[in-house]
Amino acid sequence: MTQASDTQATRRRWLLLSPALLILLFAASGPLLIVVLYSFLTPGDYGGVVWKFSTDAWFNVVVERDFFDDTLSFSDAHLSIFWRSVKLSLMTTLVAFIVGFPTAYFIATRPKEKRDIWMLLIMVPFWTNLLIRTFAVMEIIRNEGVVNSLLIGLGIIDQPIQMLFTEFAITLGMFYVYLPLMVLPIYAAMERFDFSLVEAAYDLYASRWRVLRRVIFPIVKPGVIAGSILVFVPSLGAYVTPRVLGGGKQLMLGNLIELQFGQGRNWPLGAALSITLLAIVMVALIVYVRAAGREEMSHG
Amino acid sequence: MAKSRAFDVRRQTGFVPVALLCFLVLYLPIILLVVYSFNKGESIAIWEGFSWQWYVKAWQNEKVQDATILSLIIATSASLIATSAAVMAALATTRTKGFRGYTFVFALINQPLMIPEIVTAVALLIFFAIIKVATGYTGLMYLIIAHSAFCIPFAYMPIRARLQGMDLNLEQAGADLYGTPWRVFRRVTLPQLWPGVLAGSMLAFVISLDDVVITEFVKSAGQDTLPTYMLGQMRRVITPEVNAISTALLAISVALVIAFYLLSKGGPQKNRE
Repeated sequence: MTQASDTQATRRRWLLLSPALLILLFAASGPLLIVVLYSFLTPGDYGGVVWKFSTDAWFNVVVERDFFDDTLSFSDAHLSIFWRSVKLSLMTTLVAFIVGFPTAYFIATRPKEKRDIWMLLIMVPFWTNLLIRTFAVMEIIRNEGVVNSLLIGLGIIDQPIQMLFTEFAITLGMFYVYLPLMVLPIYAAMERFDFSLVEAAYDLYASRWRVLRRVIFPIVKPGVIAGSILVFVPSLGAYVTPRVLGGGKQLMLGNLIELQFGQGRNWPLGAALSITLLAIVMVALIVYVRAAGREEMSHG
Repeated sequence: MAKSRAFDVRRQTGFVPVALLCFLVLYLPIILLVVYSFNKGESIAIWEGFSWQWYVKAWQNEKVQDATILSLIIATSASLIATSAAVMAALATTRTKGFRGYTFVFALINQPLMIPEIVTAVALLIFFAIIKVATGYTGLMYLIIAHSAFCIPFAYMPIRARLQGMDLNLEQAGADLYGTPWRVFRRVTLPQLWPGVLAGSMLAFVISLDDVVITEFVKSAGQDTLPTYMLGQMRRVITPEVNAISTALLAISVALVIAFYLLSKGGPQKNRE
């Protein structure tokens, strides 16, 4: 190919890419830089910012200054919200794995022509509105909901169990909405699994549990890692589910961030919290990419 | 195969019940939500008989009407913009031996999938607040552009997948017969690519229609879409009206997703004419 046609191809390529890149730079990536900038400014009195450099917002992420004597202490409120976000996200991921792994296994062991239908059944709820699915969970566990009505009707309990607006509710909701993200990659890894390996293991007198742990699991591990990341990341940044099911009592990071742009009106703090969340997510993604890369190496 | 033997190598104790329970758990809440949208009474837990009244109420609710229209305008515009941009981007990034800046392009296109939505929402809130002050414009374009951006990866994926499976020879032949690049694209590439384009645009439409977080942060006063309207309602006493709206939205999403599934299932080789 000549030099001229090469440059022409390059020009054509970037021309074709330009609409997508412009939209994404304008309404997805570019604004992130402004968030970084805002985290180093001074909050305005009624929201917004004053253009004066300050690192207060970053200190406020974990530290609070006493109103009266100016002493510094760890911000219990923020730390407990961080802790809750991480704890509930980990629990969501764990429960999603415990339920998702057998489900993916079940689908992968169906006859080939039926697997697509089972997977479609997993994916259909995922593509429906997250708010609606959260709302559906809320209707089931509220005090006047199906679970409590049923238990009272059967005479097992007298008073409804308060499930809504608890950490349990948030975990259940996040498990419910993100479960398909666990099943999908595990299934993808399992679908190509060669069951003659399992047969060989049984011929060597391995127990079922041993086969699962030593033969099946190592091979589908990349899928499990991918699924865990896919569940953990959106859980950590969840906003709708903790808002609806936590009822403003059990805040998670997403809700704490929103508060800074609402009643709290500390935009720089909100910006700093957003960047913190982003950083945690990025670390999780890097860990994932590394782990996936290592798997690739050891199998390739 | 293994099925005919007494010892099934594929069996793992307890896996089938867990899987079946999983499907039950996945569908039960949605089914109950749909069922109670037809409840005669005000309750969303006690069944009092069949009635269409909540659908009628929702249909006649002016706020719901406005929100529906707005949702449809935004989803249609965002889907059109995102799909057009995605087709061009897919043409530029597939069937090429990699190029300088590929990693950057790939990261940028997939960025909406990786970054927590709340972070993007906050970023857009701040950025658009600056523009609003500077220009005084508070119209729909903010929402449309924001939706277009996060819809791009969803439109891009099925289009790229389709393009990768396509036959280059036909386009080569078109070019050999002195077709202009545009003519070759329109007469040769696009007809083959069409199922991918349709699938991508439907996915983008569903994603836009369902968005809550970014819309909630970007919208100006009076710009409620159906999901943000519903989010607002959830702070009050909930009547089956919310169930009725939810059921309608669910029906649209499920129909589009199944259509998407059927479209993408008939891979490139099956649809060859």
